[in-house]
Amino acid sequence: MSLDQKQVKHIATLARIRVEDAELPGLVNELNGIMTWIEQLNEVDVTGVEPMSGVQSRDLPRRPDVINDGGDPEKVLKNAPDSTHGFFVVPKVVE
Amino acid sequence: MTELNHLTIAGALAGLAKKEFTSFELTMACLAQMQKHRDLNAFVTETQERALEMAMNSDVRRAQGQAMGAMDGIPLGIKDLFCTEGVLTTAGSHILDGFHPTYESTVSANLWKAGAVMLGKLNMDEFAMGSSNGTSYHGPVTNPWRRKGENTRLVPGGSSGGSATAVSARMVLAATGTDTGGSIRQPAAFTGIVGLKPTYGRCSRWGIVAFASSLDQAGPMCRTVEDTAIMLGAMAGYDPKDSTSVDVPLPDFRKAIEGGVKGLKVGVPKEYRLDGLSLEIAKLWEQGVAWMKEQGAEIKEISLPHTKYALPVYYIIAPAEASSNLARYDGVRFGLRVPGESLDDMYEQTRAAGFGKEVRRRVMIGTYVLSAGYYDAYYLRAQRIRALILKDFTDAFKDVDVVLTPSTPSAAFGLEEKFDDPVAMYLNDVFTVTVNLAGLPGISVPAGLDSRGLPLGLQLIGRAFDEETVLRAGRAIERAANFTAKPEGF
Repeated sequence: MSLDQKQVKHIATLARIRVEDAELPGLVNELNGIMTWIEQLNEVDVTGVEPMSGVQSRDLPRRPDVINDGGDPEKVLKNAPDSTHGFFVVPKVVE
Repeated sequence: MTELNHLTIAGALAGLAKKEFTSFELTMACLAQMQKHRDLNAFVTETQERALEMAMNSDVRRAQGQAMGAMDGIPLGIKDLFCTEGVLTTAGSHILDGFHPTYESTVSANLWKAGAVMLGKLNMDEFAMGSSNGTSYHGPVTNPWRRKGENTRLVPGGSSGGSATAVSARMVLAATGTDTGGSIRQPAAFTGIVGLKPTYGRCSRWGIVAFASSLDQAGPMCRTVEDTAIMLGAMAGYDPKDSTSVDVPLPDFRKAIEGGVKGLKVGVPKEYRLDGLSLEIAKLWEQGVAWMKEQGAEIKEISLPHTKYALPVYYIIAPAEASSNLARYDGVRFGLRVPGESLDDMYEQTRAAGFGKEVRRRVMIGTYVLSAGYYDAYYLRAQRIRALILKDFTDAFKDVDVVLTPSTPSAAFGLEEKFDDPVAMYLNDVFTVTVNLAGLPGISVPAGLDSRGLPLGLQLIGRAFDEETVLRAGRAIERAANFTAKPEGF
């Protein structure tokens, strides 16, 4: 199965990356090149094999449920492109 | 006397202890070499003042007879993927413009605690996605090595390309790297140095800009196996701030290296004899086998049947994790912002301007393989095959103690050699990527020069948390190869 321009445009929207229409044909080719190469995975028999999300099978460690960080708004906001009164500033979301 | 910046870590520590020179003098020698070879573009940020201050502090500690750290007074470069407090950290990307972290990564903090000196931040492929250092927003890095009788500029490999060049060109005594699919071992092989990817969980990932969280691991890049052992000891250790960091005892790696390989079972995987493998690489591999045999190791052919699927599996799993990790670059909390008419418009414009082509490609692949309707066919299937790749190794390590392979399918290639097909570039990692998928430790050791005078490396892979055997076997290769070649003019 190969990707078309409409699908690639949709993927770009999901990824929140603006892609100009002029770039689409090239991008479709690149992504199809990679996905076609990946298709070889279909020849592997994976019946009964559990998917593996990481190499550690053990449970993640837990720590006591206590506050051990925070209270540093200046540090959190220090690298913000725009902030005011201790908040991040974004374009208007609600009319 | 050798110029100070040419010393190994072990040699410099001995000289400092005997008060033959100061850390200040050693640091000055490195800074001078950095300035002299700025054209190689190894550094994104030089931190000269901080370096001299840290060096003087080390000298004061020594003069006053205070307790000294394991790397006290040793000047290092730090890959620009590690967050360094108050020092620009870009991950090689435009989207992190002006980002000055308010915290220090655990690995770099461990190194400063051990007394090391920071010379600056090293260039790299954008978000560690690349095998040539060609995707950096700050421009490519040049390898100090040239082909015999040629002036063609060569790549240092990637993604830790700035680290590899800085170590090889004697600007730093050693550098940190990170390795997600081969990003320490491939550039180490291309520049004639040693690079080690530790077991997943050995070094904390806290404060390292995330690429693919189930694969990323930090490690040392040095000029000798002994230096690698010293630096690994200083970088590694359990960190409660990284939930995947593993709480296991830290061995004395330096002690482990001289044990020899007598009786060690060395596996040679038949699936790594790729069709069309270059004769020179094949010959070097045979030479490596012979060296191990001569030193008393027992050689066994092994089978890792799912090897050929490792790269395509990687190119589903790594982009999937990257698409999730890189969602944080939204123009709100740090780095670049391109104003937009709405919030979504701002996101889309910021990310279009901030990400380079390779990063965009991988974020889109990752978004696609995780999207509704494709998740099972791609992502889940890749995770199942990853389990089979791990099982290949688990089975093999029932019979052998360490696995010997080439590090890369070729020597360094030209900066201008075009890679129009992304898949051709991905093949650089064919020998290294399996190790990340299985979470194992692997080292690349310089083993010889090809017919054009370029360095080639051999890789040793070990059981999880058995870096000691990997280092010991690596030392055996180093001893036999006696690799003393240096890039001309360095």
